[in-house]
Parts: sequence; C-alpha cells; structure tokens
Amino acid sequence: MSRELDRRASQSPAIRGEQRPLDRRSFLQCALVSGAALGVSEFAPLAVLGAIPAWAGPPRQDDSQFTVEAKFYQKLPNNKKIKCKLCPRECTVGDRERGYCGVRENRGGTYYTLVHSRVCAAHIDPIEKKPLFHYLPGTLAFSLATAGCNVNCKFCQNWDISQVRPEQVPADYAPPKLVAELAKQRNCPTIAYTYSEPVVFSEYIMDAADAGHEAGVRSVVVSNGYMQEEALKTAYGKMDAVKIDLKAFTESYYKDVVVGELKPVLDSLVTLRKMNKWTEIVYLVVPTLNDSDAEFRGLASWIKTNLGVDVPIHFTQFHPEYLLKNLPITPVPTLERAKAIADAEGLHYAYIGNVPGHPAQNTYCPKCQRMLVERVGFTASRMLIRKGSCPFCGQPIPGVWHA
Amino acid sequence: MSAMRSASRRDFLKKCLTGAAVLGASGPVELLAAAEQESVIVKSRVVIARDAMLRGTGATVESHRMLSLLDRAMQSLFDRENPIEPWKKLVRPGETVGLKVNALGGRGLSTNLQLVEAICERLREAGIKASDIVVWDRDSDEMEHVGFHVSTGGNRVQYFGTDRVDYEQELATHGSVGSRLSKILTQRCDVLINVPVLKDHDGAGVTIALKNMYGVIHNPNKYHPNGCNPYIADLNMLPEIRTRIRLTICDATTACFEGGPGFKPEYSWKNNALMVSRDPVALDYTGWQIIERQRAEKGLKTLEDDKRAPRYIATAADAQHRLGTNDPGRIAVIEA
Repeated sequence: MSRELDRRASQSPAIRGEQRPLDRRSFLQCALVSGAALGVSEFAPLAVLGAIPAWAGPPRQDDSQFTVEAKFYQKLPNNKKIKCKLCPRECTVGDRERGYCGVRENRGGTYYTLVHSRVCAAHIDPIEKKPLFHYLPGTLAFSLATAGCNVNCKFCQNWDISQVRPEQVPADYAPPKLVAELAKQRNCPTIAYTYSEPVVFSEYIMDAADAGHEAGVRSVVVSNGYMQEEALKTAYGKMDAVKIDLKAFTESYYKDVVVGELKPVLDSLVTLRKMNKWTEIVYLVVPTLNDSDAEFRGLASWIKTNLGVDVPIHFTQFHPEYLLKNLPITPVPTLERAKAIADAEGLHYAYIGNVPGHPAQNTYCPKCQRMLVERVGFTASRMLIRKGSCPFCGQPIPGVWHA
Repeated sequence: MSAMRSASRRDFLKKCLTGAAVLGASGPVELLAAAEQESVIVKSRVVIARDAMLRGTGATVESHRMLSLLDRAMQSLFDRENPIEPWKKLVRPGETVGLKVNALGGRGLSTNLQLVEAICERLREAGIKASDIVVWDRDSDEMEHVGFHVSTGGNRVQYFGTDRVDYEQELATHGSVGSRLSKILTQRCDVLINVPVLKDHDGAGVTIALKNMYGVIHNPNKYHPNGCNPYIADLNMLPEIRTRIRLTICDATTACFEGGPGFKPEYSWKNNALMVSRDPVALDYTGWQIIERQRAEKGLKTLEDDKRAPRYIATAADAQHRLGTNDPGRIAVIEA
C-alpha cells in the first residue's frame, strides 16, 4: 500500500489502521448468520437489529440493553454523588451527570456503563495491525470498539467514535457470547478490544473475554493504560495480551496533548509486567512535541530498567488529524533515530510502524541478527521462529508465537 | 459583549450632550473627552424582575403573570414603555430564532414552559413566524420529560433536541475547545436567545448563561475538569455561538443553591424571578452572587471555601475573551 493510500485510509473513521471496519450491513449479516446458527433465543435482539432501516443520522437506540451497573466506583455520602474508580481521573459525578469518558452515567446514586455490548465499530484485522508483533503472528483478530475514551488526544485518528457519547454514533447490540461465536466463525483466534479506548468499556471486555475463553478464543486489548491498579488487574487480568499506547515520556505532553498523566501509565506497565501479561508498547512520534533524543533515551532507559529489554516497542508515524493538523507527518529519519537510540540503550525489539516496507518492521534475532519474521504491511510473510527460538542460533525469542 | 456595547446610541449621545453642557460645549476636543469620561462608567445592565405571586396560590407558574414579568424585565432592560418594542429591537421579521433552554435538571429545575411560551408570544408579535422559532436543547426526551412537547413541522413553534438533527461533522475550535456543534444552532438559528436556569453546579460552581452552551456541543463531558475553566469561556468564543447570541433570559423562578445541576428540592428555593441581560458574563456574575447569598442564609460555605468558585466567569471577562464584564463596578443590577 502506498503511503498516500495508507494516510488516507488511516483517516477514515472508526479504525486505527488502514482498513474500514465491518460496515453495519456486514456486521448484521455476520451477526444474523451466527445467531441463526446458534439458534437460541439469547440472540433475539438481532431480529430487532435486522429491522433497523438504513442509517440517516443516529437512530434512537434502546439504552436499556446496553446499560449495566459499573464495576469500579464508590458511592459518596452526599447528594447521590459517586466517585469513579476506573481511571486515575477519579471523576466525582453528580446525579444525572456523566464522567469525563461520556459513557458512564450516575442515575440516582448508582453508576452505570452505557456501552456494554454496544459495538460501534467492528472489523477483522491482522493482529499485526494492533500492533502486536510477538503475539500469534499471521493471525486475525476480531476487533471491536464502543464509543468513548478517558483522555482526549489531540491527534486521535478515531475521534469520531472515541470522543463522542454512545448515543451519537450508530451501534449494534453484540453480547459477549455473540462476539465469541463470531470470532470463532471467522477463524479469529483472538478478540481485540481496540479503536477507541477499552478502559471505558471494561465491564464488556471482561465478559467478552470470559465468553471467548469458553469458546476457545483469546482476548487482547489495545489501550492507553490510563487506569487504576485494581481495575487494571481485574479487567486486564482476563486479557491474554496487551498493547499500551505510551504517548510520550513527559508529564507536560500528557497534560497538554493527551489530557491525562504519564505516571499512572508507567505504573500500569509495571503492573502488567508483574502480572506476566504479554505486553507491547507503541510510541507515536509527533514532530516537535515528543521526538527529542533525550525523551527517546529516557523512555528506552526506563523500559530497560522497569520492564526489561525484551518488551517490544513500536515507534510509529504520526499523521495530522483531529485537533493537531498543523504538524507534518513524522519524517522517517526521526523514527529511525528513535529506534537507533532504543537499540543503543539495549532494547532488543524496537520497531518502526506506519511505514510500509521499512525493514524495521521485521523481527531480527538479537543474538545472530538474522531475520526471523518478515512483514509486508500488516502481513507476516515469513515466520521462521520455531518453538519460541531462533532457528539459526537457538536464542529464545520472547512472545507467544503459536496458538 | 463588552460593557461599552450595551450602551444604546441614544444613551451615548445623551451622555455626550450632558458632558458638553457641563463643560460649556466649548469644542470637539472637550466633547470627546467628556464622552470618553462618561463611557468608562457605562455599565452592563442586568435586570432582575420579581413577582412574589408568580404562582398565584398554587405551585406552578401562572402564564399571564409570567408574561407580565417578562414584559417588565424586557421593558426595563431596553428602556421601553411598550412590551413589544424591546423585541423589535432584538429581532427582525424573517430571522429564525432559537431559544436554547435547559432541560438537564429534570422536572422542577428546568426552563419553565410558561416562560418559553411568553417569549414566543412576544417574538411573534415582533414579526417572527411561529415556525421560525425553535425551542431546543440537546435531547428531545429530556425536553419531553420537563414538559416541552416535541413538535416538528407545521406553522407552529418547533420543539426538538439535537438528537433529531445531529451535530455538524466538522469540528469548531477555539483555545482548549474542539467540538461538533448542534445543527440546530448552525442551520436553524440566525439569532440565539439563551434561556438558562439559575443553578449551583457541583463542578463549575454555578451554571447559568455561559455554561448553558455546553448543551450546544457533542462532547460536554470533556470540559468539566478544572471547574470547566477555561473551557466555558473558550466555548462561548466560537463564532457560531458568539455571533448569534443576542440576549439571555435566565429563568430564576426556581433556583438551586447546592447539589446542582440536578433537581434536589431540599436545595432549591422559589425565587420567582427572571434575570435578563445582553451581557452573559455580567448576568453570570450577578447570579453567582445571588446563589452565594442563599448559601450564606442556609449556613453553607461559600463556593470559594467549597473549592469550586466559578473562575470561568473571570476568564470569560479577561483580555483574551472579552465576552462581558465581571467587574461589579461595571454592572448595573436593576430591580424591575
């Protein structure tokens, strides 16, 4: 795919990569086939979905089927207020109000998620698109999202779904068992929670992961990691792999560009490490804002010290979008500089992303330097790792390579 | 809107002439100096009209008394004898007029239907077609819940929420704000009349005129941190909003001094008043002081001591925004 095509595709709504998500018709067809195959009343809502006419503006959705009491919050003594304990923002939310994410609402002193099973984007992606390079390469991930996000990155490519309220975007009812069944039916060994921010639909991913595991389908999550420790352990404890977007290595960037905080994200990475959860990191390199040598060096050094040298890090190319349209695409030499610094710090798996055809998309043995996984775009075209090791020198290559 | 702008041409000339008379009308330089001297004391007018019998002997607002109250407030603000004249100064036949109400607080603490009907009556008498008036908020169901019956089409006043027409796809941006605006605002309103409620707000301190614009955008939840500051001021700077707003009529018939923005009877009081102004900052400042007085009467901490003073009001008045004045020395509070 040419860079121009790549760029245009990356700007399309509801996707974090280069392909459009399943459109509404495909999703419904898929769901209906699955529902029919399952032949159970549990999927009766699909009959209702089939009756919805072509979308001409957000159709009125039946909120009740998506509304489930939230798991991570605390009731406060006064005025029916609650304190959300899902992310470090800890929104104090009054009656009839929503938290920062826009998808959780206080109703009479009880806090609800409004996005359980409320899927606004779904697609079957190569797992390399998440990107997860060391997790079941060459396989497909049944990828889905609900509306909402707990930060507001000025460069968000999917702001159409992440920065809206659930009722502002068309969505379908996709209960956990249906998702698991669809993934299996489409030969996807994993369900990926992605595109928007899975932190805000934690209850759904927990239930979908359970349903998936029962059906023999794993779960991976693509997240900003801006989450409280207990929620992280509980929700992401059910995940089989995690990709964290580490947006920068300075608090100022998190404050000004992300509207979040760096430290809780670093804490999440350490917690995931302690949980032995397979984790990869993406660092979107934004020209002039987070691309200094010092920042790259500090980041690489921190990873080496706190997570180890085997954690893959992907330096990916920025494209102007949303509220950050005044900056150019990240020059490839900048990404190469970031990788060189990470290599020099001793990290074993520093990749370059969003630059199709770049050799730094491939996996190389850190010992003998031979190429072990060749990637073209998001396709793993050659996969030489055998039993988790380099076939040339026997060096163990960390990751989950085979289902 | 600056305090300067709230002075009418007639007021300005009158003051110039008065100044000239005082100075003996000795020449243009003296006249100009006098005008400048006078202009600095031109104040933003905030009219508060009250009617202790607004509800008669019952609990609900009486329509005819509401109309009288509105007339009193508008005539005082515009300094006119006839109740239609203020509206003729405000709108022109052929214009489409949006009334941005506030239905978020639910029953008991939302813009009164009787007030909206009174405004519509006067607008029609000023030459606005009923079908060119849109009464709106973000959500039709919320509007229905508080008594506004959704109505779209025909030769009558239109009532509906943004959910019926969606938000613009393109983002409108200013400072810290990047939002999609209601198509009701951008495509259905030449003129916007803001009709908020006088309320306490757990995050912002108070929510009156300026914050009511959160109901215009698709992502208000993103703008509640830091007491909504500077987001409220930045939002009101959007040209699509700023160029349309001509008046604020604050429904202060039932007001809330604690526990807002939702309705809690124990923290509300029957204030039986309307507040009108062309300066939303001055109106918000004045409303804030009213809420503070009520809080003091009830033995509650000040909003400052409660760590939620509405700092966005000062931001709206600062040199970067100039949406009005929060200087009490430049606000004329007029009891009508």
